[in-house]
Amino acid sequence: MSILVNADTKVIVQGITGGQGRFYALRNRAYGTKVVGGVSPKKAGTDVEGIPVFASVADAVRETGATATMVIVPAAGAASAVIEAAEAGLELIVAVTEGIPVHDEARFYNQVARDFPSSRILGPNCPGLLTVGECNIGFIPAEVAKPGGPVGIVSRSGTLTYQALNELAQKGIGVTTCVGIGGDPVPGTSFIDCLALFEADPDTKAVIMFGEIGGSAEEEAADFIRTKMSKPVVSYIAGVTAPPGKKMGHAGAIVSGSKGTAQAKMEALEAAGVRVATNPTAAGELMAEVVGGL
Amino acid sequence: MDLFEYQGKQLFARYGIPVSKGDVAETVDEAVRAAEAAGYPVVVKAQVQVGGRGKAGGIKLAENADEVRLHAGNILGMDIKGHVVKRVWIEHASDIAEEYYASFTLDRSAKKYLGMLSAQGGVEIETVADENPDAIARLSIDPVDGLTESACRTWVEQAKLNPAATDGAVDILMKLYNAYVDGDADLVEINPLILTPEGKVHALDAKVSLDENARFRHPEWDELVGLEKTDAREFEAAEKGLQYVGLDGTVGVIANGAGLAMATCDIVHEVGGRPANFLDIGGGASAQVMANALEVINNDPSVRSIFINIFGGITKGEEVANGIVQALDQVAIASPIVIRLDGTNADEGRAILSGYESDRLVSKPTMVEAARTAVEMAEARS
Repeated sequence: MSILVNADTKVIVQGITGGQGRFYALRNRAYGTKVVGGVSPKKAGTDVEGIPVFASVADAVRETGATATMVIVPAAGAASAVIEAAEAGLELIVAVTEGIPVHDEARFYNQVARDFPSSRILGPNCPGLLTVGECNIGFIPAEVAKPGGPVGIVSRSGTLTYQALNELAQKGIGVTTCVGIGGDPVPGTSFIDCLALFEADPDTKAVIMFGEIGGSAEEEAADFIRTKMSKPVVSYIAGVTAPPGKKMGHAGAIVSGSKGTAQAKMEALEAAGVRVATNPTAAGELMAEVVGGL
Repeated sequence: MDLFEYQGKQLFARYGIPVSKGDVAETVDEAVRAAEAAGYPVVVKAQVQVGGRGKAGGIKLAENADEVRLHAGNILGMDIKGHVVKRVWIEHASDIAEEYYASFTLDRSAKKYLGMLSAQGGVEIETVADENPDAIARLSIDPVDGLTESACRTWVEQAKLNPAATDGAVDILMKLYNAYVDGDADLVEINPLILTPEGKVHALDAKVSLDENARFRHPEWDELVGLEKTDAREFEAAEKGLQYVGLDGTVGVIANGAGLAMATCDIVHEVGGRPANFLDIGGGASAQVMANALEVINNDPSVRSIFINIFGGITKGEEVANGIVQALDQVAIASPIVIRLDGTNADEGRAILSGYESDRLVSKPTMVEAARTAVEMAEARS
């Protein structure tokens, strides 16, 4: 078991004929992901190393039966690509594109939530997600990861997602699903969404959550963990040393006045019973203790 | 990107929001000319991106040209909380009957827009929120539906402004919303929004932050480039396309990915050191990008050691190592370097680096060990 994607998930790639789109489509397929098609209005009818290219998402869905998409198009075209995917009925829209204007994100998030409630957006500006040994959509370097659980991973940052996978792999700990929700201000999928899915997944016995400064998603997650979660959670929050008012790489990673600090997030998580580490390596060590005690 | 008040007012004016007649000045003579054009009395306002200008003496009323010369002369070059005043805004002084507050921003929890309106303006809105939260009328706006005039009118009534201000406030708020969405701003704020004794509603200040991600559809923003950077290091890094934030420590930090770069700063702090900067070179780590990053760090005189923290993901360890070695050939580095390389093919990468190791270039297998070594090196050279 796993969350969101598995060995049967059929995936299309919007933007498959771009340099990045082609690279990651082929890389994901090489991992074993069922990449069944791509979309590029100008190159419909061709193929990318055997992956058929369609004129529209609707065509691709009709011909392949895909239920998930990776949106890897330039930022200016991302909003219409996401809406097109929702209109075609896709259940999971993984938007890896970075640099999307925040008003575009706010509009497509709300439009999809209201008009296409069966579609879920992951991202934008996220590294994607990986169910180890079954399906990889996006950028996560999956080779090191050990399959089968018992740990689920959810993270706002890309490289810290990889770091978490690596820390667990070095300790011989397996992972069910690893989700990068992205660091933008309007993430389509939240920590809480992932925590709820992991709580319901029988093969996930514990969860690593890597957060960062900015917003209040970690505090909201702490509230959820305290009231709704039975499985142990280990966390690390990046940005203890971040000065107020500066965007730390991610558009969403900013301390505004006294709000969004790492300290406040760590305190909220500790109060909810989460084991909070001060660095990613220490989080891996804490998780090894948790797994040893399962 | 935060705008100065005068830039914010120029933006407001383009959206039809009433602002006082005025102009920006960089010299005393320009200030006098601007004052003559605006008509006395005028207000001379320091243009800095920091609160508390008034208390610091950066806002003065002038009745005539001599007073403009006096105040502009004092304010230009003044240091307000580390921000040196390079420009003043001169505008015709307004008579004020009442002061309000208005803003639009994103409510990240609700994933909707949030409008805030208060009859208690002219003070920091955080203070009002702490001391008298009921004095702020909040309006949640669905980004798909937008703000309708009837919703706006109800909102204004809830804020209990003077009834004489209702029509003017509704008009300004509709235009301000347009400036927020159409103008691709992260924040638009008017504090104070004033009611004059004649019953006119008017923006006396302007705080605007623009969304850098929307630059591709705003060619007019090009003229704003470079004005907002106060840190010379940040300016240089921005020119090289690097994600850089200057900090006040001695350990220069280079990492790939925003989260890992923050974590690297944190771990330096955790083992007793202080990071000199946050620097994210992005997912890959090509020789050229690494050379650019090293150059920026090398130009910072407070740096005593450098901590390069790379997680090889898609980019394999040996490519990262080769990139670092080539970059070191391109830039003569003053400080010793500690490298922690992990991830895909990390062993191959470390093998390459081992051929170049010395007391100036050290490789460590974990973040914690690398951070300790970098901090020790920085202390030894301080």
